[in-house]
Amino acid sequence: MPELPGAGMSLPGATLIAAEHVCVRFGADEVLHDISLKVDPGEIVTILGPNGSGKSTLLRALLGIIPVAEGRLMRQAGLRIGYVPQKLTIDRTMPITVRRFLSLPTRVSDLAADEVLARVGMAGQGAEQMTTLSGGQLQRILLARALLGRPQLLMLDEPTSGLDQPGEAAFYRLIEEVRHQTGAAVLMISHDLHVVMAASDRVICLNGHICCEGTPRVVSTAPEYRALFGLGTQGALALYRHEHDHAHEDGHPHHHHHEHDHA
Amino acid sequence: MLDDFLVRAGLAAVGLSLATGPLGSFVVWRRMAYFGDATAHAAVLGVALALATDLPIGLGTLAVAMAMAVTVAGLSARGWAMDTTLGVLAHSALAFGLVAVSFFPTVRTDLSSYLFGDILAVSRPELAVVWLGSIAVLGLLAWRWQRLLTATLSEDLAHAAGIKPDRERLVLVIALALVVAVALKIVGALLIAAMLIIPAAAARSFARTPEAMAVAAVILGAVSGLGGLGLSLWQDTPTGPSIIVVAAALFALTSAIRRV
Repeated sequence: MPELPGAGMSLPGATLIAAEHVCVRFGADEVLHDISLKVDPGEIVTILGPNGSGKSTLLRALLGIIPVAEGRLMRQAGLRIGYVPQKLTIDRTMPITVRRFLSLPTRVSDLAADEVLARVGMAGQGAEQMTTLSGGQLQRILLARALLGRPQLLMLDEPTSGLDQPGEAAFYRLIEEVRHQTGAAVLMISHDLHVVMAASDRVICLNGHICCEGTPRVVSTAPEYRALFGLGTQGALALYRHEHDHAHEDGHPHHHHHEHDHA
Repeated sequence: MLDDFLVRAGLAAVGLSLATGPLGSFVVWRRMAYFGDATAHAAVLGVALALATDLPIGLGTLAVAMAMAVTVAGLSARGWAMDTTLGVLAHSALAFGLVAVSFFPTVRTDLSSYLFGDILAVSRPELAVVWLGSIAVLGLLAWRWQRLLTATLSEDLAHAAGIKPDRERLVLVIALALVVAVALKIVGALLIAAMLIIPAAAARSFARTPEAMAVAAVILGAVSGLGGLGLSLWQDTPTGPSIIVVAAALFALTSAIRRV
């Protein structure tokens, strides 16, 4: 576990990870200002924001990769985090198979490796060289590796940035599936409004500070969100409603996020 | 058996390749070739320092190589323009070393043995130092292997797993300084980096995992060492450069085989 400032703090209740009034500075630049957030078990939280809004910085600060200037980070004692970075560039000078990659940094059995490859739809591809994988395959392998640590919290940094739309949809379905099977909470970054609206329980809208947060429906009607993403987002909202009207024909579409919480 | 200078030379070459194989692989993966050069060139300055202070040569080179390696690692962490910085440091260290060494007439006469090695003159104690140093480096790398590999693949993934990339970089820096001190006698300051890079690069052609590449680099390094000795005896060529010539030939061969 990275040593975080204040990481020894025990968190109240079941909350997995939390930030309180966190500021991050690069030199004199304050990249993140007064960020407070928390993630509870089993929920899917998405951080949404334009380019340069500090999304990746926030995730990296939560992981302890970059230091925070002010405020404190807390995580549940012994929290197991699975991290899927935005991209992984493997130098062509390094020969490494998918199977070998899965055993970093902790060695895993062949059985566990086979199982997790099957789960992400990459069964039997353990002998492939990492450098020959397509963008979508690489994301699946990164997810597989993160899952091997049996994470309570998955942190994904724009996991679909290199994928086409069907690939993206498939990847988010996979995340949702993993959440159902393992009960892991998910904290992810996205810039794609459509998918985020459909796949998240909670959305945090970021632009150096937290502009607004809440359920996808609440956020998408917030004026701060409109100001950031423009009125074109009506389409996303319509799509979101459309999809969820189908998913919840029991007549409680507006409660969908609570149902997912405890799924 | 150890009375034979050829046997000692052969054993020294094989012993050295135990360390240069895996360490050289990291040098290739992390693109530290110039870094290796800077550290190795500093060894000449270390020779001068040792002579001036009456310390053993090995200790002087180790100290200066370590100082250089730590300096370079520190600068790179602070985000200096590494290509230029390393160029300045590598060549200055060599030039300062050559000038400093020229004040010692005894060394002046066999300066080339520090620049290109003098493997045929390896004594028993020196052979012991080569093997102990190489085994120490091998042990250090084996102990940190998983962490080193993770940090080499991605510093972010390493951080997220609680591994400190800075610490792993320091492990490599220490290993590099040790190898430089050990290898000075065998291939000389100018060719240590070649001994690190060329066998590892040759091994890359057919390896499928990092471990396979490291092991293949050890074997290719040992073959280069023994082959270079043979070439040197046969054609009466300088031994250090002959070792690198064989290594380069092996590199060309494995690259060609891969293309076919």
